[in-house]
Amino acid sequence: MVDILQQIINGISLGSIYALIALGYTMVYGILRLINFAHGDIFMVGAFIGYFALGSWNLPFALGLVIAMIGASVVGMIIERFAYRPLRTAPRISLLITAIGVSFLLENLMVLIVGASPRSFPQSIPVDIYNIGGLILTNRQIIILLISILLMILLQFIVMRTKIGKAMRAVSQDKEMALMLGINIDSVIAFTFALGSALAAAGGVLVGLYFNKIEPYMGVMPGLKAFVAAVLGGIGIIPGAMLGGFILGIAEILVSAFISSTVRDAVAFIILIIILLVRPSGLLGKYMREKV
Amino acid sequence: MKRLAKLFLISVVSIFLLVLPLQAAGTIKIGAIFPITGPLATFGTSCANGAKMAIEEVNLRGGVLGSKIELLVEDDQYKPEEAANAAKKLIERDKVVALIAEVTSSVTLVVAPIAQQSKIVLLTPTATNPKVTQVGDYIFRACFIDDFQGEVMANFVYKNLKLKTAAILTAVTSDYSKGLAQFFKQKYTALGGKIVAEESYSEGDSDFRAQLTKIKAAKPEFVYVPGYYADVGPILLQARELGITVPFGGGDGWDSPVLLQTAGKAAEGCFFSNHYSPDSKELVVQTFVKNYQKKYGTTPDALAALAYDAAKLLVDAINRAGSTDSSKIRDALAATKGFRGVTGVITFDANRNPIKSAVIIEIKGGKQVYRATVKP
Repeated sequence: MVDILQQIINGISLGSIYALIALGYTMVYGILRLINFAHGDIFMVGAFIGYFALGSWNLPFALGLVIAMIGASVVGMIIERFAYRPLRTAPRISLLITAIGVSFLLENLMVLIVGASPRSFPQSIPVDIYNIGGLILTNRQIIILLISILLMILLQFIVMRTKIGKAMRAVSQDKEMALMLGINIDSVIAFTFALGSALAAAGGVLVGLYFNKIEPYMGVMPGLKAFVAAVLGGIGIIPGAMLGGFILGIAEILVSAFISSTVRDAVAFIILIIILLVRPSGLLGKYMREKV
Repeated sequence: MKRLAKLFLISVVSIFLLVLPLQAAGTIKIGAIFPITGPLATFGTSCANGAKMAIEEVNLRGGVLGSKIELLVEDDQYKPEEAANAAKKLIERDKVVALIAEVTSSVTLVVAPIAQQSKIVLLTPTATNPKVTQVGDYIFRACFIDDFQGEVMANFVYKNLKLKTAAILTAVTSDYSKGLAQFFKQKYTALGGKIVAEESYSEGDSDFRAQLTKIKAAKPEFVYVPGYYADVGPILLQARELGITVPFGGGDGWDSPVLLQTAGKAAEGCFFSNHYSPDSKELVVQTFVKNYQKKYGTTPDALAALAYDAAKLLVDAINRAGSTDSSKIRDALAATKGFRGVTGVITFDANRNPIKSAVIIEIKGGKQVYRATVKP
């Protein structure tokens, strides 16, 4: 029994990281209908900014986290400005291919700058281990869970309760109409990218802290899995991304615990196939007929 | 089909090359392929350093057969396709007389068939999986094989540490890891030990908590993780976080300063089998360690020592062959007997595997400490 609970705790910690990355995916998709495949690499860039902020300048963890988030937002906005904006009126497939190109660019740029070797992440929060009746919980797991829930609430607040959030929703519904009503689409979309990238960076720093290993290709797998999480919860829906992330994390851990750790990575993609067949709009999504 | 066409092309080209008269003057070229960057960067760098130092020493003494040796080192980033490209380039374009490649068993198994097809001697310093030299009669290695390494650890855990139950955590993506796990298990159960849990992971994973939680529930007295250092570090850290306090152990894939840096205290009291210890009192080892430290500023690990031995073995064979003809080099290398290397006395058996001893290293006070030597 303790083992199952322990595995669920492991799953929730992993899931909260997927959730953080999935939030960014879902937001960009919600507004631009673009699956930003470079998102997983922004996550990696964030982890590296955090690595240098915490390791080289010895900043406290919270400050390092904020710097990584700001740095990644800037990177996200630059990518949007130079890679995606010129293609805004192009067919959606061009945008998708560009996103894949940006992803490779970021990975290889990072290999060029820091090398391909894995690095151990600065341990700026020492591990505290709590043993509750044989159940092991670390302070880092709690921190990861709290930060991701906090960021999700903040995001939901920004999108639902603020003026810029209202503009974001307007742009997502109808770009031309929003433009006619005097909304500056460019800056709204740039803001969306900044916000999504900041969340990915937070995920990157937390992953670095939790797994103690970062490298230029670290974003590939989590990026794909977070995409699955976003689709699972209903792409474009913020609480859905969170839900999808947790379900995916727990499913993955339970499969490696009770079936086999070899098929672990397959689980995410089996889930993706099932959800696309059975409920393409995701768990929280409403089925919408395309207007012709 | 594409692959067949490629193989065909390689064989045609290599036959063509064999017919060409070998250039007598100029330098003798030896190729080397190592993962100098990427997840196994310290392995590749050590090997390249060791081999370079050996070749420099030979050239200082006037080279071999009256010409200097040129060592061409290629980086494959621990990617099989890069290694294959590098091998083709070295053989076809640079016309090397022999290859020193690669570090890992998985990648060596990709490169070895290319060398075998071209009838170019390939000597791997460190690939320990038995399958490597079974590729063909041009494939040699300078290290012991996993049968022996797995048995050494099983013996040590059962007899010296007196631990009767063990768990195994294998990297399913690595031939090296699977081989070691298999031979450890065979020997350990034959001795009377019990394997209470067998789990696996993929190289490059970052979350091992699910497997470790299962291992913890099985309550082993020892956990065998025959992986490479890049994964072993996080595994040790996460295991200690989950409250697994028993010693862990592994093979020569643990031999990297990076493991001590990432795992820190989590690695204390762990053991691994290795090819040599720089603490050895033997003169040949002491001279090597001193020269290496002078040249590179660090203590040579087993990989540096093996690559050094590999390069020296090859030069010795070329010298005895009296020619750079690859079939003569092959025959001379196969006839190597009682070669005194840094990692022991090397004699090749009929399967082109050296017979030599292993050492057990303990991680103590953040350092590698010599614990025992095991003879075959």
